Amino acid sequence: MKLVTGVIQPHRLDDVKSALEAAGIRGMTVSEASGYGRQKGHTEVYRGAEYTVDLVPKVRVEVLVADEDAPTVVDVVVKAAQTGRIGDGKVWTTALDDVVRVRTGEHGDAAL
Amino acid sequence: MELDTGATAWMLMSASLVLLMTPGLALFYGGMVRGKSVLNMMMMSFGALAVVGVIYVLWGWSMSYGADLGGIVGNPFDQFGLSGAIYDANGEFLIDDFGVPSIVGVGFQATFAIITVALISGAIADRAKFGTWMVFVAVWVTLCYFPMAHMVWGGGLLSGDGPFASIAAPIDFAGGTVVHINAGVAALVLALVVGKRKGFGSEPMRPHNLPLVMLGAALLWFGWFGFNGGSAFTADGFAGLAWVNTTVATAAAVLGWLVVEKLRDGSATSLGAASGVVAGLVAITPAAGSVSPVGSIAVGAIAGVLSAYAVGLKYKLGYDDSLDVVGVHLVSGLWGTVSIGFLATETGLFYGGGLNQLAVQAIIAVVAVVFSGVVTYLIAIALKAVMGWRVSEEAEVAGIDLAVHSETAYETIQQGSVAKEIRA
Repeated sequence: MKLVTGVIQPHRLDDVKSALEAAGIRGMTVSEASGYGRQKGHTEVYRGAEYTVDLVPKVRVEVLVADEDAPTVVDVVVKAAQTGRIGDGKVWTTALDDVVRVRTGEHGDAAL
Repeated sequence: MELDTGATAWMLMSASLVLLMTPGLALFYGGMVRGKSVLNMMMMSFGALAVVGVIYVLWGWSMSYGADLGGIVGNPFDQFGLSGAIYDANGEFLIDDFGVPSIVGVGFQATFAIITVALISGAIADRAKFGTWMVFVAVWVTLCYFPMAHMVWGGGLLSGDGPFASIAAPIDFAGGTVVHINAGVAALVLALVVGKRKGFGSEPMRPHNLPLVMLGAALLWFGWFGFNGGSAFTADGFAGLAWVNTTVATAAAVLGWLVVEKLRDGSATSLGAASGVVAGLVAITPAAGSVSPVGSIAVGAIAGVLSAYAVGLKYKLGYDDSLDVVGVHLVSGLWGTVSIGFLATETGLFYGGGLNQLAVQAIIAVVAVVFSGVVTYLIAIALKAVMGWRVSEEAEVAGIDLAVHSETAYETIQQGSVAKEIRA
């Protein structure tokens, strides 16, 4: 089993969600995140005082998948999240030892 | 004088509108601070409401409008507890020259005292002991606000009965000197005595909730119709003129502030619009009864431009007037008071009235600055010595809401269990 994690532009979330649904993925976890990469931050002005905001808003999407589905899911997330501009984010996979469905206690692939 | 029910209804409405300004100010200021200190910021306004609301009926009214003592202040014991201020000898309600019961005037004037003290709190956001603030409110309103109200409105030195009236009768329609210069100077003095926030000038201190600021500005504007419209003391054309002037000047000030921002910073901001609203309202306050609606455009636009630049002074000069009470209230209050000398339709320089009105307006502005500066400084250093102004550094950094009020404004993930419940 793999955990596919994407940190993406918040405004791409709807497209990523639809694309994953279309690809047959039945669940995901989404959380608000802050961060920066090469994009760096932005500047805000309040009553003439400029602030450099280093950490910009991002959305973190997490999907649990079977090993063989991981490349497809990564592909789907990348395509849907891409705008081609700096700040689009990153997607990565992590190997998992186990997954448990809380309701039934099932383990491993059966819990996906 | 016979009772005028129309005028009385308007004055009761006006008093209610002005009272609403203080909770409105709490929202305006609350949105501008960081999320960890919004409750303390709002509590300073509500605290002022509580303290002054009680004091006003005890000695506030009497010190403002009671028997004159040397042109400086009313005798606090003359009408202490409103004795002799409500009923005449026959037990009938006293009626003023506009046909409004005197007790309605007491309520109206009390709301001005409340908002004036609350205005000062923006200068010392995030760091002041709540107890010291509450004592400051009581002492300052007694020693600084009531005398100023008496001098300008209660027949004292700066009124039409004072020594300067031989040059021209001073004009302060609704509180350019009494409210805004007074609060603005006090704010500057407090910011200096209390000192800077930890991290001022190095850490970002962005407003945590701009929609709250916009809501506060809207309530202030709405309440200001009572502030200025009610200062006609009756429901007539004069009140209507004040209403229109108030709106026009405010609109022009928003434009003035936003143009400065667009040219200087690149963006017209919502905080700039909300700030422009207040700058315009402040500037037209003393002038609302004596300038024309077209003149109000100039009063407001210049106020917006002046205050938009003035809010940057604190970084240059190094005082932490956290929410720009000086840049907005002092600067636009001074301009509004002096603008009458140029733009008053009967006595202003631009209307052929010569320099007399301008001179008198400058004099009352300077007297207000000096009086408020000296009195506030003495109160502030006395409280610093006796009670101390600052919360601990740890409390300030972690958030004054939790440290002082045992509350936080915003729920994150709730953990823990009920430790104690009080059941009546």
